[in-house]
Amino acid sequence: MSFDKLRFAIQDGDAAAAKTLTSALVDSGSVPAEILNQAMLPGMSVVGARFRDREIFLPDVLLAARAMKAAMAVLEPLLLRDRVPSAGAIVLGTVRGDLHDIGKNLVSVMLQGAGYRVVDLGSDVEPDAFIDAAVDEGASVIGMSALLTTTMTEMAAVVGRIRERELHGRVRTIVGGAAVSEAFACEIGADAYASDAMTAVDRVKAMMAANPSI
Amino acid sequence: MRRLIRFAFDDVRPADEEVLTRMGMPGDAPVAPAVRTLLDDALEKIAALAEPRGVFQSISKADYEMVYRGEGRNAAESPLELIAPRAEALALFVGTIGENTGKEIRTLFRKDDPALAMMLDAFASETTNRVAEALSRTFLHELHGQISAAARVLPYSPGYCGWHVTGQRALFAAIHPHDIGVTLQPSCLMTPLKSVSGVLVAGDAAVHRFRPQWAFCDECRERDCGPRMASVRS
Repeated sequence: MSFDKLRFAIQDGDAAAAKTLTSALVDSGSVPAEILNQAMLPGMSVVGARFRDREIFLPDVLLAARAMKAAMAVLEPLLLRDRVPSAGAIVLGTVRGDLHDIGKNLVSVMLQGAGYRVVDLGSDVEPDAFIDAAVDEGASVIGMSALLTTTMTEMAAVVGRIRERELHGRVRTIVGGAAVSEAFACEIGADAYASDAMTAVDRVKAMMAANPSI
Repeated sequence: MRRLIRFAFDDVRPADEEVLTRMGMPGDAPVAPAVRTLLDDALEKIAALAEPRGVFQSISKADYEMVYRGEGRNAAESPLELIAPRAEALALFVGTIGENTGKEIRTLFRKDDPALAMMLDAFASETTNRVAEALSRTFLHELHGQISAAARVLPYSPGYCGWHVTGQRALFAAIHPHDIGVTLQPSCLMTPLKSVSGVLVAGDAAVHRFRPQWAFCDECRERDCGPRMASVRS
């Protein structure tokens, strides 16, 4: 069976078809890592490119992500069994004092669609909790979100604690959220800034390529 | 004057196009059947879960100036400094759609359905904005006969247009919106998250008009001042 059908099912956001086709590929003896790398990830990559080119829009991307998840539900146990490594691990969270998590959740969905393992700490996350999770999970990137000017200063606290714990260079940071700007990211010494979820994926890819794990 | 109002969902229901626009879709983009289904599913959920309500309370210009000043962190110059003194009437307001929708959004994310979660979130945010508009209409109705016939009401909120978000503290201290179940966190975040607050300004179109040329306008992601000003032009 061709991988193309699964790739198109993901691109079209057809979760039921994606799940059925993944099961069929597995049953026909396809190697799980090949299903992931030759059908699913390329499918999401096309979705990302079409989104950047404004051929499709956020709801279409989310439907594709839903299809990707449906396929991953079939494949994930097999990837674990085969010890297939993810593209990398990233810790995500909304900073201390802030409860807005929609933007962060969207970034999480996009990163998972790109093959990353996301350790989502939720919202109102203490600075050291980000760093502890990165160390425990072997994640080389911490992503932080904040909506308010009153909470975005917490991002500086995380960056500061990374330096104090002498992890700078091994654990990198990316920040985003309604109140955050490129200038603010530079000011606090964050390694990257993303204005939207797709940009976040691109920035994380670049950081992971330079520094895949702690 | 203080009014507490509970709205029917249909009174504050946003148009589908507004929800899709919030999801980043241009107005002329075709809506795929799967996206339409997502929209319908989100509508069904929010119609069942939203509890739209709000409160507004008249305030004098002098008292509003104190509220606006807040903790002294506003931009050096801002539209509201020009708008509020020329208003015919002012009222502080807080509105919300309650906590249930937010809980459902979190549940959907946990259940790995980000598509429906995001669509429901967009619906919830737009519905919350409609609550502010419904409060504006009610305030205008209450002022009937007391202000000029040309007067229109627009809501202005802390966190936008140079009014620093810490202004929420003085605003909440003045209006005490506990009766609609909205509280303020130390970070100036409102809970439930899908809440809106600020000042309702009654005045004719000229009162609401300003040029978006302040320093903070460059970083503004809303950029809705033009349509807002247009909406009150008669």
